[in-house]
Amino acid sequence: MIQALAFYLFSGVLVASAAMVVAARNPVHSVLFLILAFFNAAALFLLNGAEFLAMILVVVYVGAVAVLFLFVVMMLDINFARLREGFLRYLPVGGAVGLVLLAELLLVGTAWVDASSSAGLRAAPAAADVHNTRALGRLVYTHYALVFQASGLVLLVAMIGAIVLTLRARPGVRRQDIPRQLARTRESGVEVVKIPPRTGV
Amino acid sequence: MTIGLGHYLAVAAILFTLGIVGIFLNRKNVIVILMSVELMLLAVNINLVAFSAHHGDLVGQVFALMVLTVAAAEAAIGLAILVVYFRNRGTIEVEDINLMKG
Repeated sequence: MIQALAFYLFSGVLVASAAMVVAARNPVHSVLFLILAFFNAAALFLLNGAEFLAMILVVVYVGAVAVLFLFVVMMLDINFARLREGFLRYLPVGGAVGLVLLAELLLVGTAWVDASSSAGLRAAPAAADVHNTRALGRLVYTHYALVFQASGLVLLVAMIGAIVLTLRARPGVRRQDIPRQLARTRESGVEVVKIPPRTGV
Repeated sequence: MTIGLGHYLAVAAILFTLGIVGIFLNRKNVIVILMSVELMLLAVNINLVAFSAHHGDLVGQVFALMVLTVAAAEAAIGLAILVVYFRNRGTIEVEDINLMKG
């Protein structure tokens, strides 16, 4: 009973905040509703017993991705009123596509059965006495170590790509140039001028 | 009344549809389009985790972890491209993005 109540609460808030992400007038509000949606999705994960993924969702999505979105929305000086134009114009076609897709997804989602052999096909049955984080760690660091490394590589490439994309050499900014400082010699840095007495420079 | 796999699948389907509709409605605003993509990936993750719990198989959660990683990378790269584009053009309207004549 409690579980059903929690499920309906979290999924209701999740769907409502997802709708507000799409419909909000101000993109900052969109990002804040996105954060709310992530929190509720994390709660749904908890209901499913995926504690590690729930915490990762909060840490990675709310702590990193949503804040990144917030930074970009706030830092770029964008005329958001102009970007809203055409919202109502696209509403009929967007709503129609959405309804058709939702009907199809629900049809598929309700018309399936477990194969009778599915219990024997499990790749990594969850043990009852091991908690979720430990079990996931055992799996990821042994059997799926290569996949884990590859995902680390994906993140590395993304990091380097983001840095390379946004790095720029601005003209007119004076920076310390250490090799040039070290390459200076006495001859290039100091000039001795002999001044005859009583003449001035 | 017990909450089964079907309930989670329904929530994920609604969430995925909202993401698609968001892409259609905010045709001009790249930031909201990126957020809609994040919503769709979240729906996929809910599906994976629900099936993982239903079958008692942890591999679904491993897969969800990888989806999470790729989603984070995609958001970072997408926003970096957005910042560079805004710096060059002064706008982020999707309809203006036709430099490559694709």
